[in-house]
Amino acid sequence: MEKNTRTGPGLFNLLMGTVLRHGLLIGASFLMLYPLLWMAASSFKPESIIFTDLSIIPPAFDFANYTLGWNALQQSFTVFFKNSIFVAILVVIGNVVSCSITAYAFARLEFRGRRVWFVVMLGTLMLPYHVTLIPQYVLFLNLGWIDTFLPLIVPKFLAADAFFIFLMVQFFRGIPRELDEAAVLDGCSPWRIYWKIMMPLSLPVLTTTAIFSFIWTWNDFLGPLVYLNDASNYTVPLALRSFMDSTGQSAFGQLFAMSVLAILPIFLFFLFFQRLIIEGVAHSGMKR
Amino acid sequence: MSTVAEKNSSERQSRSNAATRRDLIGYAFLTPWLIGFFCFSLGPVLVSLYLSFTKFDLLSPAVWVGTDNYARMFLDDPRFYQSLKVTFTYMTFEVPLKLAFALAVAMVLDKAIRGGAFYRALFYIPSLLGGSVAIAVLWRQLFEGNGTVNQILLWAFGYKGESWISNPETAIYTLVLLAVWQFGSPMIIFLAGLRQVPQDLYEAASMDGAGAFRKFYKITLPMLAPVIFFNMVLQIIEGFKAFTPAYVVSGGTGGPIDSTLFYTLYLYQEAFSYFRMGYASALAWILLIIIGCFTGISFLTSKYWVYYEDDPR
Repeated sequence: MEKNTRTGPGLFNLLMGTVLRHGLLIGASFLMLYPLLWMAASSFKPESIIFTDLSIIPPAFDFANYTLGWNALQQSFTVFFKNSIFVAILVVIGNVVSCSITAYAFARLEFRGRRVWFVVMLGTLMLPYHVTLIPQYVLFLNLGWIDTFLPLIVPKFLAADAFFIFLMVQFFRGIPRELDEAAVLDGCSPWRIYWKIMMPLSLPVLTTTAIFSFIWTWNDFLGPLVYLNDASNYTVPLALRSFMDSTGQSAFGQLFAMSVLAILPIFLFFLFFQRLIIEGVAHSGMKR
Repeated sequence: MSTVAEKNSSERQSRSNAATRRDLIGYAFLTPWLIGFFCFSLGPVLVSLYLSFTKFDLLSPAVWVGTDNYARMFLDDPRFYQSLKVTFTYMTFEVPLKLAFALAVAMVLDKAIRGGAFYRALFYIPSLLGGSVAIAVLWRQLFEGNGTVNQILLWAFGYKGESWISNPETAIYTLVLLAVWQFGSPMIIFLAGLRQVPQDLYEAASMDGAGAFRKFYKITLPMLAPVIFFNMVLQIIEGFKAFTPAYVVSGGTGGPIDSTLFYTLYLYQEAFSYFRMGYASALAWILLIIIGCFTGISFLTSKYWVYYEDDPR
């Protein structure tokens, strides 16, 4: 990391530079995170002071907004969180399993037409979902899947997220071929190689896929908005939207409390998997 | 002689058997993806193209109307132009500002300083949360008439502001700000790029007496050009897809007076509020063509930024 070994400027200048830089960074961080901190603080404040109190430290940790907000809609947030968790977990499983199977075929198996299909798969990366949204809606409507979780889940079990396939192909190509060649000589079937060799060696990329699948699904708004109608099927983002529409300006404390709970899982994920997430962005950003 | 020929042909036979077996195995593994591809990508794209030439409201069968949808779009739909204008205005401000912030902060963090990873994580948090409804809800409150931004302006400058959200002049800029706030992910890509710039270039420049500005202009910018370009294309594509913030902040209307009517929001309204599925499909195809152009450019230039393959990190 030590790149610029300075020789010219004196210790004082160096110190001033460091202080200035840290001052700037701390200031910028505070400015950026202030809205989030303020929202978290406001979720503990009584409704009467939310709009006038700029402090990021609440006068007291009063959980009234949380308990009231949790039951403010016709269904309690227990239902919405259950729905969100259910969808997110199934999407994670679907993506990890189906994308790794597909990626294994592209990265390791020899068969006619592989190159062509690979290019086609890359092509689907560029496809904005708006183009497929309406025909997919018509398809799910005819299948009777509207107002169920199936439209959000089933495509993920059919490797619909080409981005993760691509990420995994890149990773699989980095695993030494000698390993599976030795396994072939030992009489291992491709399925066993996939399961016993590739999967255990690919934990980093599988984890990255799982994390990003979870975060994207958890935050997804358009999908649930289009496919889910009944309030008992709402995911957390839909519930927040309808909370905002129904209470308008009157219950911002409760709305903030539920918003804090909505982003809390993502925040926790980030705390635990920070390195993987940031590497994922640096890498996938490069290769997307 | 004959035995050799026989052996050859049986070898060829077994080789072609092996090839068939390999094909079978390969396609067995590929089956889930192939089903997904035909059902959720290729099929829908073709159906979408067909629907874009029809009038279709989900209840009655689609009726072929030729190019009527496209004609209406280009000749007789002010909201189509408004949504293009909103989207391009948004991107004209959002993309350069976001990239400038991302690059500036990345350059500060690239210097070996204590806590670099900590700051990097802090700056990335908004990118992680920014697309969620929760943050859009917060944003709406921040820029309301009696919202936090105006409270701060009042407290700091004694300035009494109006709602930034209900003013058609300013509403879009609150969304620009929300996007710029999420400069974390291009910043991380810039950081990876900055690590690739050979340090001896800077050392040589220092010996020649080049100042910080000159070094930035003559070394950092050219060396980083492919990454900047790549980030830009990525952000433009993302910009076209922006939906959630505009929907939540405007309550799904794109208002006030269509000033936040993003292209995707207009498409959504046409399809799922008015059930004009044919017209919405035509809108989707125009979007596909626009995004296709930008992606094409990025692919044609991809050879300039793939040198990250060898990143030993």
